Amino acid sequence: MAENKAIEFSSDTLAVAKKIIARYPEGKHKSALIPILHLAQTEFDGWLSVEAMDYVASVLNIKPIEVYEVVTFYSMFNTKPVGKCLLEVCQTSSCWLRGSDEIINHIKKKLNIEVGETTADGMFTLKTVECLGSCGTAPMLQCGGDFHENLTTEKLDSLLEKMKIKNERSTYLKSLNLSS
Amino acid sequence: MGKKLLLEHINEPGIQSFEVYRKKGGYASVEKALKTMKPDDVTEEVKRSGLRGRGGAGFPTGMKWSFIDKKSGKPRYLVCNADESEPGTFKDRYLMEHIPHILIEGMITSSYALGANTSYIYIRGEYMYVAQILERAIDEAYANGFLGDHILGTDYSLNLYVHVGAGAYICGEETALLESLEGKRGNPRLKPPFPAVAGLYSCPTVVNNVETIAAVVPIVNLGGDEYAKIGVGRSTGTKLISASGHINKPGVYEIELGLPVEEFIFSEEYCGGVWKERRLKAVVAGGSSVPILPAGLILTTAKGEPRLMTYESLADGGFVTGTMLGSGGFIVMDETTNIVQNLFTFTRFYRHESCGQCSPCREGTAWMEKILHRLLQGKGKKTDIDILVNAAKNIEGNTICPLGDAAAWPVAAAIRHFRKEFEEIAESTTEGKKLEIATH
Ligand SMILES: Cc1cc2nc3c(=O)[nH]c(=O)nc-3n(C[C@H](O)[C@H](O)[C@H](O)COP(=O)(O)O)c2cc1C
Ligand code: FES
Repeated sequence: MAENKAIEFSSDTLAVAKKIIARYPEGKHKSALIPILHLAQTEFDGWLSVEAMDYVASVLNIKPIEVYEVVTFYSMFNTKPVGKCLLEVCQTSSCWLRGSDEIINHIKKKLNIEVGETTADGMFTLKTVECLGSCGTAPMLQCGGDFHENLTTEKLDSLLEKMKIKNERSTYLKSLNLSS
Repeated sequence: MGKKLLLEHINEPGIQSFEVYRKKGGYASVEKALKTMKPDDVTEEVKRSGLRGRGGAGFPTGMKWSFIDKKSGKPRYLVCNADESEPGTFKDRYLMEHIPHILIEGMITSSYALGANTSYIYIRGEYMYVAQILERAIDEAYANGFLGDHILGTDYSLNLYVHVGAGAYICGEETALLESLEGKRGNPRLKPPFPAVAGLYSCPTVVNNVETIAAVVPIVNLGGDEYAKIGVGRSTGTKLISASGHINKPGVYEIELGLPVEEFIFSEEYCGGVWKERRLKAVVAGGSSVPILPAGLILTTAKGEPRLMTYESLADGGFVTGTMLGSGGFIVMDETTNIVQNLFTFTRFYRHESCGQCSPCREGTAWMEKILHRLLQGKGKKTDIDILVNAAKNIEGNTICPLGDAAAWPVAAAIRHFRKEFEEIAESTTEGKKLEIATH
């Protein structure tokens, strides 16, 4: 964890944030809150600390409580640090029918963690999530913006291996390109 | 082969790009509407088409559009609902990912009809990569003069933006979606006022599903009457069905409304039958919220008629022996499926997704989950079944938004049609025989 990194957007990110704000009518800048929180979570190591939330409030010129309210409502925002690879395994009906329990149990055993826990090396966090719109390619997990579908335990093994070798933080946002 | 109106060019290489999409006749509806039709003429065609909302409720789209307050002097908005979070539903993702321009085209033509000069596509945050596909498609549309000021040299101007959510099923409910789009928690609003009068930023707003908006493209191109010839009765046109579960060929299929359910499940053109040569046990035909039906009742109605993929036929028999077309999330279960455990996954979902505003939903979903969990763990009693029925009954109709109903119906239906399985679990599960059940 980059403990001492200043909680502040890079100039590129700040420019994107400004562009997002401009998508909403005059005076309705609060609409940009969720998209900008995604920027913040990407930039600040995959989670939103109180400092990060306060910073977002200052960027949008709204009260910190307005940010806390929102962050705690939406499941994609992490209010605690997570591993570099947040493994979000879908456990809803269509995935369960095709073996999501097996996937979850396999990860638990292999990484020696329970749901909600992070491996000691800070590499993986396991989370169960609800239907991600991959029901036709079940079972599945999402890691950052990537969907890993039609999973088997073998596929899972090689996936985890690849992630370990790559050793990078996965993020939902892959690029900051926005339409003009 | 049924007619394909939305997925006609799905296998065309490069159809994701403006260039190929345009070559295949894309954006013709924008040219036709902006150059030869008045906004109200477009609405009229949509009315004539008989198109019903593809997001789940099936409300007639043309009628919804005609409710928008055009006299308020405030800006009007069209907001596309791409939140797609109803378990079993993945058609919007498929369409946006593979043919993003059909949604952009539909947004332009529909916004013109409504007189909206700014429109938004609200997409669930988990579909971030799809949002980025849409951003690129929108860029291309601007570059080619289909968005921005004076589209195609006319007086009509439109800005279109993608807005990402951050994980919350409730934001698919249209007023929660608007709250979320305003940068707030997704708590549904009390209605009235309806969005047509006071929606986004208290301005007149129409919220439509991705597929509904895409369907406007063929409707304008063909004319409403021609579109209405497809389908059966009040179920006109084609529908995207997301097929999942225990079938040989899961995926998204465009069907002509009116296709027999049996053909959909068993023909090679669609689901290709139940997997592993097993028998069909049950189907949830329209996304997790609609009543589950056992094999017999999904294939034929209680009157013994073949069940068709239409709003009316699926609903035949009401909730006693029928179900709903809903979002078209078609989940198939084979003979080995434990219905109680499947229901548990649904109930856990609704408990997780309840926004917490209304006590019957917030508390009721948690109770139902707890009771189902206890049953599955071998700690239940037979009386738990009636407690479940009662809890469901007390949620239904007692909440601000229909999430409560959506949570209650699956419980009521599973017990209605599979009560014996609940009883068996309640009786047979002494400590030693505990069922293996995930408790994440
Ligand atoms: C809890 C809940 C979740 C919903 N989720 C969605 C959704 O993900 N996508 C959608 O289009 N409609 C969803 N709806 C329906 C919307 O409220 C609304 O009716 C729909 O977007 C209208 O569009 P349509 O008329 O084109 O179907 C949901 C409704 C409820 C009550
Ligand atoms: S049920 Fe897992 S993606 Fe839909």
